[in-house]
Amino acid sequence: MSRYLLNKFLFTIDRDPELVEKYRDDPAGTVAWWEAEQANRVLNCTAGEASTWLAFEDAERQALTGHDHVALFGLGAHPFLTLTLWIAMFERDHTEPLAMQLDYAAKLAHLTLPYPDIAT
Amino acid sequence: MANLVAILATTHHPFYYKTSQLPPDQAPPFAAEWVRKVAAYRETLTRANPDVLVMVGSDHFHQLWLDNMPQFLIGKAPFYDANWYNEEREFGLPRLLLKGHEELSAYLLREGIDRGFDLAFSNELRVDHSITCPIFTVRPQNDLPIVPIYTNIFAPPLPRPERFVKLGQTIRELIDAWPSDLRVAVIGTGHLSLELGGPRQFGPHGPDPEFDAQAVEWIANGDIDGCLANVTLDSLHAPGNATHGFMDFMLMMGIAGYRKADYADNLDLFHTMEAYFTWYPNGVDSL
Repeated sequence: MSRYLLNKFLFTIDRDPELVEKYRDDPAGTVAWWEAEQANRVLNCTAGEASTWLAFEDAERQALTGHDHVALFGLGAHPFLTLTLWIAMFERDHTEPLAMQLDYAAKLAHLTLPYPDIAT
Repeated sequence: MANLVAILATTHHPFYYKTSQLPPDQAPPFAAEWVRKVAAYRETLTRANPDVLVMVGSDHFHQLWLDNMPQFLIGKAPFYDANWYNEEREFGLPRLLLKGHEELSAYLLREGIDRGFDLAFSNELRVDHSITCPIFTVRPQNDLPIVPIYTNIFAPPLPRPERFVKLGQTIRELIDAWPSDLRVAVIGTGHLSLELGGPRQFGPHGPDPEFDAQAVEWIANGDIDGCLANVTLDSLHAPGNATHGFMDFMLMMGIAGYRKADYADNLDLFHTMEAYFTWYPNGVDSL
């Protein structure tokens, strides 16, 4: 499990308007690029000081590539990060206020407490 | 000594700013009552005539991140830029520049550390909507210097509720002992029951109205012991997966002490219950 890395992906995509669009339009390409080029970047350090060990597990890569927020929830990705990025990417596809958020919740409706652990 | 003139504990609802700006024909049905309640709440701060604001909130993965996550952090800077791209994008929040009060920041850091809280600090902090929402609601002229205090209610492992209360009690002691003639107000924001990114989000009410009713009672009555007897890190999962933000209310209860709020109001909205509390440590008659 690399919940931290899942969160790092969501965090770094969400805060960059260009990456939000890139991930919306090309999830597989964005995830592959990010894992190869960005996953090991220490965020407040220069490129030469990157980490050397961070990689997604298959299920994590698949959840991100599939824009599968239900799978991400199950893997323990931080729900706030996923929701915020999903609103940025997909709210525009819905016409009614909160329709996207309610649809997002409905797809998680089968889940009961306790929810998956989000500790990193 | 400094004069602690008001303590405000409130929810921070990032959609308030945008909702309050809408013309009446475009505003949702609940907007007018919401704006009215916020205006009444604003008056509870205005009448206390503060010189400086100590502001308690929680960064939402904006500047504070999992590679270096403090539990409690005090900003110490002459200025704080505020609000982030994703808050502009999602909530329509404008960017702000707030003044800082470095002397009070330095004092709280030094004395807080000496009293057993190993406080982190930041000399360049861009604050987010947990700090700016109450600026928009209770001090929209944004004319007072602030000391931002961030807590971790977001990224486990979290400090326990008792620790939030204890930090609040410590902040109270420190402000009361601050050698200054300034009038200080403390404004802290948190949540009642809240679900974000889970199956119970964005319902017609908060995810757990029973918890909300109980929480409002605890806060309004200054029932710190009753609250602590019923709230644990584990128990806060049940009312909603983002309900750990309630611990910021508990910190504020620690600041206010064992006394009833002088002002208490709430508003049941979709998604969450809004709540507004004010204490006047010197009594209402002192104002």
